Amino acid sequence: MIVLDGVGMTYRADSGTVEALRDIAFTVDRGELVTLVGPSGCGKSTLLRIIAGLRPASAGRTVVDGRPVTRPIAAVGMVFQAPVLLKWRRIVDNVLLPAELAGLNPDDYRARAGELLRLVGLGDFGDKLPRELSGGMQQRAALCRALLLDPPLLLMDEPFGALDAMTRDELNLELLRVWGEGSQRRKTVLFVTHSIAEAVFLADRVVVMTPRPGRVASVVPVRLPRPRTTATRASADFGALTLQIHDVLSRPA
Amino acid sequence: MKVRALQRHAPSLLLFAALLAIWQLVPPLLNVREYLVPGPTAVVRAALSSSIPWHTHLWVTTIEILGGFALAGAAGVALGVAIAWSPTIARALVPFLVFVNTLPKVAVAPLFLLWLGYGIVPNVLIAALIGFFPVVINTAVGLTQVDDELLDLGRAFGAPAWKVFAKIRLPNALPYVLSALKITATAAVVGAIVGEFVASQAGLGTVIVNAQTNLNTPVAFAALLWISIIGLALYGAVGLAARWWAPWADTT
Repeated sequence: MIVLDGVGMTYRADSGTVEALRDIAFTVDRGELVTLVGPSGCGKSTLLRIIAGLRPASAGRTVVDGRPVTRPIAAVGMVFQAPVLLKWRRIVDNVLLPAELAGLNPDDYRARAGELLRLVGLGDFGDKLPRELSGGMQQRAALCRALLLDPPLLLMDEPFGALDAMTRDELNLELLRVWGEGSQRRKTVLFVTHSIAEAVFLADRVVVMTPRPGRVASVVPVRLPRPRTTATRASADFGALTLQIHDVLSRPA
Repeated sequence: MKVRALQRHAPSLLLFAALLAIWQLVPPLLNVREYLVPGPTAVVRAALSSSIPWHTHLWVTTIEILGGFALAGAAGVALGVAIAWSPTIARALVPFLVFVNTLPKVAVAPLFLLWLGYGIVPNVLIAALIGFFPVVINTAVGLTQVDDELLDLGRAFGAPAWKVFAKIRLPNALPYVLSALKITATAAVVGAIVGEFVASQAGLGTVIVNAQTNLNTPVAFAALLWISIIGLALYGAVGLAARWWAPWADTT
């Protein structure tokens, strides 16, 4: 689904040229959930924007769904660190925004929007304004917005990073449910985080990145059984994987 | 509910009543003449007196204020949109607007009268000139202070610029514009009165100038009372509009 080959990114700043990404190469298969973990400043978010076609890379090849990325790709759902809901719209109308932006008739998607909101426990909140919801609920609504047009690919940029630990754990489970952990029709997900535990808990594979310039240090397969539960976090395998990634990150470059 | 509202406003109402009482009672005790400081009852009597054609003056001044307010709002939003739309237009326009805004409008007023003659039109223009600048700035800021991620969403779904403008930028700017219009509401009152001070045949500002020459101070105070009523009404109307159109924003 996603193929990155030698992707690099340099940009000019006041202090001279800055190399943000160097020689990034990995793939994400269809239906796979890959997490991208690394310290802040390693270019994770930039990489996500390159894949979405929102920013051109300065080197290498980016291919999504068999096509080289040269402009914003349409069949993608995006979730950001902040919910960025439109403050003046009710939750359900926020969820419908992608349909409007894409030039579709939002009325055709009302039923689906309601269904998505019910799925994440916001069934009774469609008529509320964003400010009437907690941060976690707003982020759930943002997830529904990303899923509205049923995109095959989800790009998530530290979506739960600003939430408290309990809400974050809860939303991790919810994401896995929405992703279709038990079903065959899974979406492809690339999920950026700076939490090692979150990266391991969600992933089929974890791409570990090191900073300045951002490089792939290691790709760690996660063979923990699915569906994952709260008990997964307590297993020995989970602990071992977390430690392994921690070691990769603290290794001197 | 009503009791609670009364409790909330009680301090300001009490203060107001106390000031009125002092105003009414203290000057006579100190032997201050009415033509220097007329008491509140004298002012109200003058404000309701039929010896001054109040409704004509009220009408003229209200039209000038509303006209100036509307013109400042329309021109301000249009210029703000232009500035937010194109960096080139912004670079061309902003220094010029800053220059116009730093001109003392009171000093420009005689020129307007020279060019346009007496009447409502020059006073409308002065009112608009005093009030338009905050609208320009707030409109431009409101249109551009949009989360990058929202603009990314627009790009990702291939939305044309006008659609991003209509669905994201414009509603985002609305609370900014409305809070600028509150400033414009008070500025338009100042502008209209300044115009009337310089030269005019009708309007509450004219009443004040004439009352001053006749030492008819109660009438001058009464005109002031009417001006403040118009100003408060306009300010209140804009506040209500803000609550109605932009309930998501906490504008007070």
